[in-house]
Amino acid sequence: MPIWLSNLLLLAGCAALVALLRAFLFTERSRRALNRLRRDRVGLACAALVALLLLIGLSDCFQINPRQSALDYAFRNVPREEGYSAPLATTTFNERDPKPLNGRHLLGTDLLGKDVFLQTLKGCKTALIIGGFTSLIYIPFGALLGILGGYYRRWVDDVVQYLYSTVASIPGILLLVAVMMTLGKGLDRMAVALSLTAWIGLCRLVRGETFRQTAKPYVEAARALGQSHWRIVVFHILPNVMHLVIINAILGFSGLVLAESILSYLGVGAPVGTPSWGIMIDSARMELSREPAVWWPLAAASSALFLLVLSLNLLGDSLRRAFDPKAG
Amino acid sequence: MLNYLIRRLLYMVPILLGVMFITFALFNVVNTPTQMAYRILGPKASVQAIDNWLNNHGYLDAEGQKIPTYFNTAPGKSLFDSLYFRSMKRFATFDLGTSFATDEPVLGMLKRGAIPSLCITLPAFVVGLFLSLCASLLLVFVRDSLIDRWGAVLCVAGMSIPITVYVIFGQWIAANLLNWFPAFGFNLEGFSTARFIALPVVIMIVSGLGVDVRMYRAIFLEEVRAEYIRTAQAKGASHARVLLVHMLKNGMISIITLVVAALPFLIMGTLVLESFFGIPGLGNLMTNAIQTSDFGVIQADVYLGSLLYLFGLLITDLCYAAVDPRIRLQ
Repeated sequence: MPIWLSNLLLLAGCAALVALLRAFLFTERSRRALNRLRRDRVGLACAALVALLLLIGLSDCFQINPRQSALDYAFRNVPREEGYSAPLATTTFNERDPKPLNGRHLLGTDLLGKDVFLQTLKGCKTALIIGGFTSLIYIPFGALLGILGGYYRRWVDDVVQYLYSTVASIPGILLLVAVMMTLGKGLDRMAVALSLTAWIGLCRLVRGETFRQTAKPYVEAARALGQSHWRIVVFHILPNVMHLVIINAILGFSGLVLAESILSYLGVGAPVGTPSWGIMIDSARMELSREPAVWWPLAAASSALFLLVLSLNLLGDSLRRAFDPKAG
Repeated sequence: MLNYLIRRLLYMVPILLGVMFITFALFNVVNTPTQMAYRILGPKASVQAIDNWLNNHGYLDAEGQKIPTYFNTAPGKSLFDSLYFRSMKRFATFDLGTSFATDEPVLGMLKRGAIPSLCITLPAFVVGLFLSLCASLLLVFVRDSLIDRWGAVLCVAGMSIPITVYVIFGQWIAANLLNWFPAFGFNLEGFSTARFIALPVVIMIVSGLGVDVRMYRAIFLEEVRAEYIRTAQAKGASHARVLLVHMLKNGMISIITLVVAALPFLIMGTLVLESFFGIPGLGNLMTNAIQTSDFGVIQADVYLGSLLYLFGLLITDLCYAAVDPRIRLQ
């Protein structure tokens, strides 16, 4: 694919997502919730951090020339070393024959002499791809099935319930491993595998909420006015369950990032060489057993992962409180 | 009660059939037997070797022809002599098959791994449950205070660390730097077992604490808002009595069902912990199977996991019916 096309697709995707979110945020209920969120300092800080990390990931997706992304371009002056070097050290990490480094590295360098700080930032891209693609697959699917089951009830609901209880019967991590084993390594396959397990929770939630919403008078009123099922679902019920979808997507994103690290550890995740936090954490096993231990790649990757997952979780909680102040 | 039990069992039949189909599809349709043979024997294996492998693992019939996937339409053959119906028969009779790597029956491997797995998961589960109940009760006791708010944030922080990081840091600090525990290995000889399992058990408890405390706290907070709490307070019961007698009793209904559903899974062990500490349990068996592309073991593990889940669901329903008088059995 030519660079301009992939960049264009990226921008178009982002624009579509923003447009979709804006359309939703103009409902009365979400505006009230956002006002409440504005007073929640922890929530705002988390939102800012998530946005920052995702922007870094996006900048790494944006290609400037065939070999460099915008992030690479910003860090083009960081020199490459010959091997490990400790954070801010002036020589390579080698007891017998330390060589002077080409430059200073805030978080040191890894086995191949790459700057760990840059590698950690590049991990945002992998997290974004895993979280983003998986969400793009499972959210429409799970939300659609949930709404259909909750709205039409009877045999449609039976089918939806049967589908999710069957998939839920297979323990998530085992299903993930089995699917990854049969599909093979790769970020795209991981997104497919993760979405196979991720939609269940969303579907259950949306189905339950749709159940409650359809019993409310406004749905009856819409039906009395002669509106079609499709109109009722899209223009009346969907906006009223959308906040659940968004909160679930944010909390689910953190789960996906965590799952990536476990799958990479088990050897069925990202292919070796992908700049992902899971791979960095996995290779830390060898690095810590060296004498003296190489701890900085592990520390960098796990703190970045921790920060992203923590702020996603706290942001999800803040949003939930903002939309539903009574729930606590 | 018997009526209820039979109804629950019947309800599970279609779900079990679905699970069987998914397991079959993963290991026979998504990944065909020939593909699996190439994965295990290597991409350069000869056609003869592949045929041999397929024959040894029951994918060829008596004439050396490949068995069709769903229906056998060949003349003179039973329509149901296909891979699908063969594996359904195996699943239905709980025949877990053999390992593709060692040709050992999987059932024997599972039996061997169950005890070491339980050595880790059982103590971690019991102690972890006790600790998280205490912590969540404490948070509910001081609810809406600064401690409660930061306790909740701490729980989320604990949830946000992947298990691999817990294990790597825990092993490095406790075993390599402080040298308190052996970093690796396992045996089953009385007291020395305790030295090997102490560290994995502690790590498992700590890594699970965040999720559990948060969940139990949410359950208890739900109860605290109930009307009967206000009634008890109005009658003059002390704060501690309201929480520890009235609320705990009702909150335990939801907690018992969660706990009971988790019980069957203890036998499955833990994937990451066991391979890290060299504990020869079921989790380790699974990680080894992943590394050696042992589809036989993985298939058996997936099926066993689903059976345990359904079993857990069944005993949860029974416990729920026994504990909660509001559940009617009809």
